[in-house]
This record gives sequence, C-alpha cells and structure tokens, in this order.
Amino acid sequence: MQAVKIVVTGPFNAGKTEFIRSISEIEVVSTERKITDGARVVKEETTVAMDFGRITVDKDLVLYLFGTPGQKRFDFMWEILSEGMLGFVVMVDSTSPQTFREARYILDVFHRYARTPYVVAANKQDLPDAWPVEDLRIALRLNSKTKVIPCVATDKESVKKVLLELLYLILEMLE
Amino acid sequence: MALKGNLRDFGITQLFNLVHLARKTGALNLEQDGKRATLYFKEGKLIYAAKDKDEKGILNLLYKAGKLTREQVLEIEARSRLKTDKERALLLLNSGYASKRDILECLQKHFLEIVYELFTWQDGRFIFEPDVLPNSDRLTVSIDLANLILEGARRQKEWERLQEEIPDLDMALKFTERPSAKLRNINLTVDEWRVISYINPNNTIRQIAKYNSMSEYEIRKIVYGLLSAGLVELVEPPGRVKKPPLAIPPALQKPPQVSKSLVRRLIDKIRGL
Repeated sequence: MQAVKIVVTGPFNAGKTEFIRSISEIEVVSTERKITDGARVVKEETTVAMDFGRITVDKDLVLYLFGTPGQKRFDFMWEILSEGMLGFVVMVDSTSPQTFREARYILDVFHRYARTPYVVAANKQDLPDAWPVEDLRIALRLNSKTKVIPCVATDKESVKKVLLELLYLILEMLE
Repeated sequence: MALKGNLRDFGITQLFNLVHLARKTGALNLEQDGKRATLYFKEGKLIYAAKDKDEKGILNLLYKAGKLTREQVLEIEARSRLKTDKERALLLLNSGYASKRDILECLQKHFLEIVYELFTWQDGRFIFEPDVLPNSDRLTVSIDLANLILEGARRQKEWERLQEEIPDLDMALKFTERPSAKLRNINLTVDEWRVISYINPNNTIRQIAKYNSMSEYEIRKIVYGLLSAGLVELVEPPGRVKKPPLAIPPALQKPPQVSKSLVRRLIDKIRGL
C-alpha cells in the first residue's frame, strides 16, 4: 500500500485540527494538551506534536493529513512533518490579523522546506469579523497566482474544496 | 464589514497598501496610547485626516503657513461665525485673501504631516469602516497613496535602520572612556541632555525612555546620535539572560515522486466523500 501525505499548517488557533477532523475517516489522532500559558484565554487545548487524519482512497492508496502544532515553540516538529509531503495547506484565521505575519512566516518556512504546491485556506469566513479573501491576499503579500480559498474548517464541503484545489495544483505541476 | 487589528501585526504601510490596491472608501481610525487619528479615503485616495480630535481649521492652517495675516483671520472669523470650513474657504476666495491653490496646498500639507507621523506608530489598534466619509461641510483633498506610501516607507526605513543599529532596548549605556569624548565640547539638545542624565550601566535604554516619556523612535534616534558621536557605548546590564536566536530553516527537501494517475485517484476520492 502506498501512503501519501498533505500537511495542514498555520498559526495557533487557525483551525487546523478542525480542518482534519471534518474530513478524516478516522477519529483524528490528536496530541492536544491543556494550555498553560497566556494563550489559554483563546482556547483550552492546543496541538503540541501533530494531528493525524486518514482518507483511504482504495486498497493500494491512502492519504494522510498531518496537522502541525501552531505554537512557535513546537516549530522543531515542522521539518519532520513536512518531509515527503505532496503539498501543504496554510490555514489562516481570517478574523485574527495579529496572526497574519506569523502565517506568512510559516508559509515561507514550509516553502523553503520543500518546493511543493500549497494553497492558503482563509478560515472562519462565516464569522462577522472575517477579513475578505482579497484583503487577506494583500495582507499576506500573496501574488495573484497563489490560491486563497475561503474556508470554514468545520464544514466538510468547504474542507473538500480546499483539498481539491491543492490536488489540482499538484496535478498541474506534474503535467 | 469593518477591518480590525493592531499595527503591531499589520503595519501602517500594509494598511495603506491595502486601501490603495483595493481602492477602498471609508474611515480608518487608529489609536495608540491615548493618541487617536482618523483618516478618510475615497476610492483608494486620502481625502481627509485629523488627529486627537484636534481638527485645525483652514484659517489656522493658512495663518500658520504665512498665507493670512492675523487681521485677515479675525475678519473672516467675524464674517463667518458658526459657519463651516467650506464656507470660510469661500469667503477667503471671494475676498481674494487666499487662492484655491493656497487652500488645497495647506490642507494637503497638514494631512500629510498627520499621516507621516503615523508611520512611526509600531503599535496601536485600528479599525477600517468601509463607506464612511467625512461630513460634507469638511474641506477635502485627493492625495494619491502611491507616493505617500513611498515616502512613508522611506521614513519607516529610517526607523528600521535605527532598530538595526539599536536592536535591543534592554541594553544599557555607559559613557565611553576615550578622552576625546568630552561632553562640554558638544552641543546637545534638551532631549539629549534628558537622556544623558539617566545614562548608567544599570539603566536600560527602555527604562531611560520610560523615565523621559519618550517613544521607542525618539529614544532610538537620540541614542543613535550619541553612539555615532562616540559619546556612549552599549553594555549588557548586570544579570541579564540572553534569548537564544531563532532557528534558521534547514535546506530544501525533494518533493516526493508521484504519478498523475495517483493524484487523479486522490481527487476522485475527495470529490466523492
């Protein structure tokens, strides 16, 4: 059986775990721990090593989804998780401009790890304070070719759309 | 939908760039340590700026610029009591005291002064409210943001250079021991003297700024001047723990070798989920 992987990365609280949870056929193997520092006011638990989801394509092929830890102090995991990835999704919390700079930094780091295709998922687009996708593109200094896809990580159809856009890019690269 | 955030995360240049590229119309309200500024944009151009609720009237601006005499100001004031800046401007034009060009240049200069100051704001909340315009009685101009961003970026570069020269405000200062560095032979400004009076290896630059109620920009500029003049040097304050440097990303990895058919199978599977 062949296994391929896609990495889901992004800053703390961008919605990576929810993204994988919405599409994985197995209960996401999550390494979440109670937050002990100031970030606790944002959420109770955070991913400290990785999230792990699976989609079985057929008896010969399986797709793994790896979610990276969002907090910077666990960035030593990023390189390990990025090894051999087909491509990656950068999740951005559209309501949280204070994380945009970090999202850009993460994107650059992953792009340096491997020149694989990537898409940016503008998450939490269902919330009233969400920045519009085109404003996010400018904020993240993304060129017009980079795909920025509006997303609601808790909605399976929305997650499918993001993954499909990434796979189309991967296919385009092979053609 | 209002865009909210903090300049710490999304800087003023980025904000202007966003307004410029997206040709936005609306009001940008900024707030930093009790200081406030409001800028209005129309289709990506700056049309009005005010700070700290201190909206200087056109008469005041023209008087300051030497375009009106005190008597002319008083005369127009008397004739335009309780009227708006727009009406005052009309009176000025009709009386021949100022030209349309004088008025627009004065306003433009005033708005730009406000905006350039904002480029030194490294922190502070902002909210952009789309489609909000100034009251119709205000005098507005139309300033292209491209040049403004360039000039602002130049000023910001100066700020960044200062940050590079003095990256760490938790360092302390001490007077150099070189005999040529004699304070009495140098002309210092009042602010420089204020900083000098706190120089001591136990006081960090940040603390000196705090004692003197100076912004990071102001203290950096002064300390940079003192360092360049060879009057002071940077020293580690006693008992300081150094932060480890940020990890540099490693070398490139090779992307995995996969076939087109494999990717198509993945696509079909996800479509069908």
